[in-house]
Amino acid sequence: MEQGFDAIVVGAGPAGCACAYKLAKAGLQALVIDRGKFAGAKNMWGGAFYGAELLELLPDFLEEAPFERYVTRQKISFLTVEDCLSIDFASPKFSQPAPHGFVILRSKFDRWFADKAQEAGAIVAPGLGADDLLWDGHRVTGIKAGNDELPASAVIACDGANSVMAQKAGLQTELSPEDMKQGVKEVIELPREVIEQRFNLSGREGMAWEFAGSCTQGLPGGGFIYTNQDSISIGIVAQLNALVKRKIQANDLLEGFKSHPEVARLIEGGKLVEYSGHLIPVSGINMMPELYRDGFLVAGDAAALVLGTGLILEGANFAVASGIAAAETVIKAKEKGDFSRESLSTYQKLLEESYVLKDLKTFKKAPHFLENPHIYNLYPELACDLARRIFIGDGQPRKTTWNTLRGSLKGKASLLQILPDLWWGKGAI
Amino acid sequence: MNTISIEDKLAVNKFDIDKDVHIRIDEDICQTCNHHACIYVCPANCYKLSDGRITFSYEGCLECGSCNVACDKGAIDWTLPRPGFGICYQYG
Repeated sequence: MEQGFDAIVVGAGPAGCACAYKLAKAGLQALVIDRGKFAGAKNMWGGAFYGAELLELLPDFLEEAPFERYVTRQKISFLTVEDCLSIDFASPKFSQPAPHGFVILRSKFDRWFADKAQEAGAIVAPGLGADDLLWDGHRVTGIKAGNDELPASAVIACDGANSVMAQKAGLQTELSPEDMKQGVKEVIELPREVIEQRFNLSGREGMAWEFAGSCTQGLPGGGFIYTNQDSISIGIVAQLNALVKRKIQANDLLEGFKSHPEVARLIEGGKLVEYSGHLIPVSGINMMPELYRDGFLVAGDAAALVLGTGLILEGANFAVASGIAAAETVIKAKEKGDFSRESLSTYQKLLEESYVLKDLKTFKKAPHFLENPHIYNLYPELACDLARRIFIGDGQPRKTTWNTLRGSLKGKASLLQILPDLWWGKGAI
Repeated sequence: MNTISIEDKLAVNKFDIDKDVHIRIDEDICQTCNHHACIYVCPANCYKLSDGRITFSYEGCLECGSCNVACDKGAIDWTLPRPGFGICYQYG
């Protein structure tokens, strides 16, 4: 039996808080450290949380959690410089039997989640960062934080996309700009009733809205809008290497996006209250590091557990699920008194049995497919052009929809260009 | 619609600026760099090119790590600010 903590969790985001909560509930001594002044101070996302993990993990979630709104409308839009073609999907199934998605501001939410871990018995220490790992041969035995050495039977790295811990453990090598997208976001304050009018919402109803097309000027990525209670989160996600190649900043894309006629009216009169930026690991299982070694586990963004399918980009549910799986692994290891690599391999098995690695395997080819520029320029333009031809009455005799489609394609794309995309897309997304 | 500069955007954020500089650059390497990726990937305009030289300010850093990932010349010595310092998101 080691002296010190059963587990030290580095990072109080969704992975770290879920892990610490679960460990503490099982009676293990868990310490969660976070380099923010408070849990959540360094964290940003789009964003909404999808899935049942939080409801299952935290019985008081619906009553207590400081989420902004339920996701009751899901919208996807294709943009050209002038046009906007949207699919606006609303369904009572989004809220029944329980809400499936929550719009969340991380600074408020992560702090609450860390408080729940603390109530469950974990020690939460914000303002503390891990500089390095402690070692006994090949085994991780704790962390160094400033001048302090904190021993633990297991260290769980939940320190996000730029995981210092996974690198120190020798599991993650240098990150490549091809594997990362950058998100930039503004939070824009607006009166609640204005938000409800503009987005067709009432009460705690909320919208998650993704955009593809001119908002990234053809670069791999997209735009997003989420409705908070008293503000709008609006942002851009763009492939990091593509920004360099195009010699453009994500903020330039964001400013262009905000000035699109369909978007500008939604934020008109609002007041900017925060500007944020973050990296997202987007190559999924292709960039996933080894998930464990003796005395050490990696979860959440630190392990690149993010799913991008083109229509969705999710990471927080994977973070919570992996944090819980890491906790279950450490609980079993404590029972056996064995924190060796072999004992911790349970973690990999749990993730393989859950949707986490199943989804990442299903969409293994998606990250490469989603680099195809046609998705961000050709297809949004075709979709808007087709809609324009179908809807605009110009006094000319109507053509069949099929011939209208052929008219849209003419000069823009040939079947020889589109068929390979369909073929590859079939297998990738 | 008027666009807002990055500097004006950063001005609404809450920072606890550390006196310790958490990022260092090797200007000699930057002089020989052919792409200056840092300028384009930094969402906070921390890197600027003036008269062929890269200059750096750390105060508005959002700690995303993009510069560190995108610089393939080894010119950026990137660490995080000391715990408790740097960007302090109120919304996130």
